[in-house]
Formats: sequence, C-alpha cells, structure tokens
Amino acid sequence: MAPVRPLKRRPRPARRWAGTLVAIVLLALMLSPVYGMVSASVQPAGRSQPGSWLLSDADPGGYVTALHDQGGALVTSLVVSLGTAALSLALSAPAAYALTLSPVPGAGPFLFAVLFLQAVPGISVANALHGFYADTGLLDSYLGLILADSTAGVPFAILVLRTAMGAVPRELVEAARLDGAGHRRVFLSLMLPLSMNALVTAGVFAFLFAWGDTLFALTLTTGDAVRPVTVSLFDYLGAHSTRWNATMATAVLASLPAAVLVVVAQRHITTGPACGATH
Amino acid sequence: MRSARLRAPDTEGRLRVQPAAAVRARRRDTVVRAAFLTPAAVYLLLFLGRPLVDNIEASLRESTATTLLRGRAPFTGPDNHVRLLASDEFWRAAAITGLYTAGSLVAQFTAGLALALFFHRRFPLGRLVRSLMLLPWLMPLVATGTAWRWMLDADDGVVNEALRALHLVTSDVPWLTGTQEALWSVVLVNTWVGIPFNTALLYTGLQAIPPQTDEAAQLDGAGPVRRFRFITWPQLRPTAAVVLVLGVIYTLRAPDVVLALTGGGPAGATQTLAVLAFEQAYTQYEFGRAAATGNVLVLVSLVLALIHLSALRRARRL
Repeated sequence: MAPVRPLKRRPRPARRWAGTLVAIVLLALMLSPVYGMVSASVQPAGRSQPGSWLLSDADPGGYVTALHDQGGALVTSLVVSLGTAALSLALSAPAAYALTLSPVPGAGPFLFAVLFLQAVPGISVANALHGFYADTGLLDSYLGLILADSTAGVPFAILVLRTAMGAVPRELVEAARLDGAGHRRVFLSLMLPLSMNALVTAGVFAFLFAWGDTLFALTLTTGDAVRPVTVSLFDYLGAHSTRWNATMATAVLASLPAAVLVVVAQRHITTGPACGATH
Repeated sequence: MRSARLRAPDTEGRLRVQPAAAVRARRRDTVVRAAFLTPAAVYLLLFLGRPLVDNIEASLRESTATTLLRGRAPFTGPDNHVRLLASDEFWRAAAITGLYTAGSLVAQFTAGLALALFFHRRFPLGRLVRSLMLLPWLMPLVATGTAWRWMLDADDGVVNEALRALHLVTSDVPWLTGTQEALWSVVLVNTWVGIPFNTALLYTGLQAIPPQTDEAAQLDGAGPVRRFRFITWPQLRPTAAVVLVLGVIYTLRAPDVVLALTGGGPAGATQTLAVLAFEQAYTQYEFGRAAATGNVLVLVSLVLALIHLSALRRARRL
C-alpha cells in the first residue's frame, strides 16, 4: 500500500515569506492615516495648511509646543490610567474568582448585569455622575476620574479574568481546599499567579480605555486643575486652531501608549479582545 | 480563615442528616464567597447603577441651565420623552444612527473577515503584524478624529490631493462639509476603527475550528470557496454574531469619532443619537431632554445585551 501523502505540506519558505510581504502591504495601507498624523506633526509651524505626505524637512517645533502646553495633561492621563488599571484589577479579580465557584448566590444575574453595563453608553451616565460628584466633592479630582473610567475597565476585566480562572484545573483548587486552605489563600497563592497573563491583559485594556476616554474627562472636570490629554486635544479641535503641527503632535503623543503597547505587549493585545468578548 | 472541608455532592431530593457544625461551616463558606463579589458589585451599583437611576429621574424633570442655578427642577413626568419622540430632530438622529451603524458594520465586518482569513494562513511575523493592526482600535478616538480631519480637509487634505493626482476627481470633494459626504466620512473613519477588532475576534474564531473536516473536504476535492461556505462559515457563525453585536454596541456607545470629525455637522447631517444627547446637554443645556435621549440609548443597549447573551450561549454550545 502506498503511503498516504500528507495533506497540507508546509509551504516552501519562499511562499511563506510571500504571505509576510502581503501582510506588510496591508499593514501599510491600514496604518497610512497614522503615518499622515506623524508627518503632519513634524511640519514647520509656518505652514499652516495641511501639507504633503513627504517627510521632507522634519521640524520638531510642533512637539516643542505640544510638550510645553500639554506635558501636564500627559502626566495627568498617565496617573489616571494607571490608577484605573489598578482599581479595575483590584475590584474584578475577587469577583471573577467568586464567579468561578459554583454555586454563588446571584452569579447569573450579576453576569448579565456586567454584560448590560458594558453596553451602556457613557453619555447616559456622565451627566448623572456629574451631579453625584458635585455633591461628594469628586469633581476635578484624580480619584473621581479613576472611579468613572473604571466603569469600562471593571466589566471587561471581570469577563477576562473569569475565563482565565475558570480554566484553572478544579483538582488543583480542590486539593488546596482539602489541605485546609481557605478561599483567601486559594485566591491569593493559587488563582492570582496562575492567571497572571489574564491580569496583565485586563490591566492593559483598562489602562487604554481610561487613556482614550474623552467623555468623562470633559464632563467631570471644570478647569485646568485635572485635565487629561484627550480634553486638550478636543479643545484644540474646538478652537479650530491653525497650528496643525502642534495639534497633530499632541495627537501623536496621545496615541503613544497604544503604539508602545501593540509592540511590547503583543500577546496580550492580540488575545485581549477575544477573551473579553466571547466567553 | 479556615472553612469547611470538601463535602460529598448531594443527590437531589434526598434529605441528609448533617451535623450542625457542617451546616454552619457551609453557611460561612457562602458568606465568604459573597464577600469576594461584594466590592465589585457595590462599585458597579454606585458608579453605573445609580447614575442610570439618576438619569431616569432627571429625565422626568424640566432641568435646564436656569433651573440649575435656581435649585430644584420642577417635576414634569413623561413630558421630556413625549416631546423628544415628537421632535423631528430625534427621528432624524435615529435614522442617521441606523445608517451610520449599518454602514460601518457591513464594511468593517467584511474587511475584518477577509483579513482574518488571510492571517489564518501561517507566515513569519504574523503575530507582530496582527498586533500592529490593532493600533487604530486602541488609539484614543479623539486622536483618530484629529488625524482624519487633517487628511480629509477639503482644500488641502492629502486624500483630495491623492485623488487629484490619480485624476479620479476634478474638483475637491467636501468630505467633512458636504451634507452627503460627511456621513460617508464618519462611516469610513468608524470602519477604520472597527476593522482591527473584527479581525482579532474572527481570527480567534477561525483558530478554534478543528481542521479535520476542512482537510477531509479538501481530500474530496472541494475548492476553497465551497469549503468556506459549507464548513468554515457554519462553524464561524456564532463568533460572527458576537462580533456584530459588539460592533453595534461600540458604534452606539462612542460619540467621540463624530464629535472630533464633524461635531455632528454640517447642519446636523452626522448627528447620531449619542451626539444628540451630548449636544442637548453641553450646548443647549437641556439636561432633562438629554437624559431622555440617554434613556433611549440605555434601552437599546439593554436589548443589545440580551442579544449578546444569547449569541454567547449559542457560541458556547457549539
């Protein structure tokens, strides 16, 4: 009997690299607006009208202006986003652990509530939150923005972490319980280390949600005391400034964390959307 | 904190006599579990649940900039909702929202599926490229709006420049200032934002499909189109449903793209419901009316969450 020819043979290296080549072309097409943004940000200030595609005479003037005007806003964004990532994880991890233990009273309704709250538009709660903040003194505070921005991070993190903790073999948990470990022990020394990847993923996304938020930042701040970079950018646009290079430099700086994370945290970035959405 | 040891599972319907200590221990166990859920539950109730209720309350009052200054807004019952539903502005915004959402979804899903199928073939650096592709989705929407506003500028934007160079247009296209073109432009930009997300989710869905059936069909001589139609697509459909629901949720949720690009203009041509709620609150100071619009959006998201849940259930059963 003749040996069965293996089905999909590995394509020859040349063919595999052809795939990479096409991928790079597609990527260039997809990221061309980003390139446009960068090229506009390094044009001389004198040229007020949008210029060309070419990076002919790069001029850092836009960045000098942007950093001078928006340096503080960038720091504010960073503080708020890091705070949001930390708070989202601190609240979600225990909840996700509880949801993996069955039966928990109210787990079903709780999960549906999380799905529903994920879908609620910020605009529907922002105004009401403003009233609540005005009464409690949370307006114009880092804590206020962190608490508001976590409304996106917490539901997402619960969904991601529940999936990860649900995948931890039950035998491990049961063995630990038999040895007399309480829930707190199991959670701290078994569940958290084993779902480290998911924790990073959830944290990265909570950070990015907070970093990109404009609506809460606009609604819950009144002046320049606490002012994230998204608000600065929004004001730039409203003023319809002709200083394109400074505006675009600010847009580039505002996109920097996302750009860094897609390179540094590849694995977390590529798996994040799926584990937060489909389990 | 020590808690109860493992217990044998109860067989249903049969009463078992248990020592009081065991009952106490089990009750304590339940309390501990609930304690793990409590912080997140309290937070969500305070910062999402309560504002939702407050929003309903605000929508039942005549609250404007004047009443804000004078204190308590008078109670007007369903008046805001009645006036909202009777206004042309609302129905036009609803229609624009429908067009904007449908247009973005069809485009981003189609492109996302094509890209997911392409990345499904393995090649070097695949993950790096897939990761970089997510950038448009992860950038702040305001930055996205800024970049595209510069590119689509009618007089000297690079898009018109490129079209002119290719002799595709004779005069400048008013991408952001024409009533027809502006809606196309926001759909285009929202599509650009959504493609990476669709690609990522559909790619994951494709990876989860066991390859054996596809290989068997290949042996039987089925071509790629037939294999996709009869083998891949039926197995990808549950994922596709989830992706589409999420696409609607994200599109409805964020007015940022439209606000940064066109501000809802020209002459309200790109005023979606979320943008309308924003305008009512921040430019007209009609807080009661804005709350009513917000309620409509919440109702829609409740329906979407139900669809999302059933899509998830279907996806998991397969």
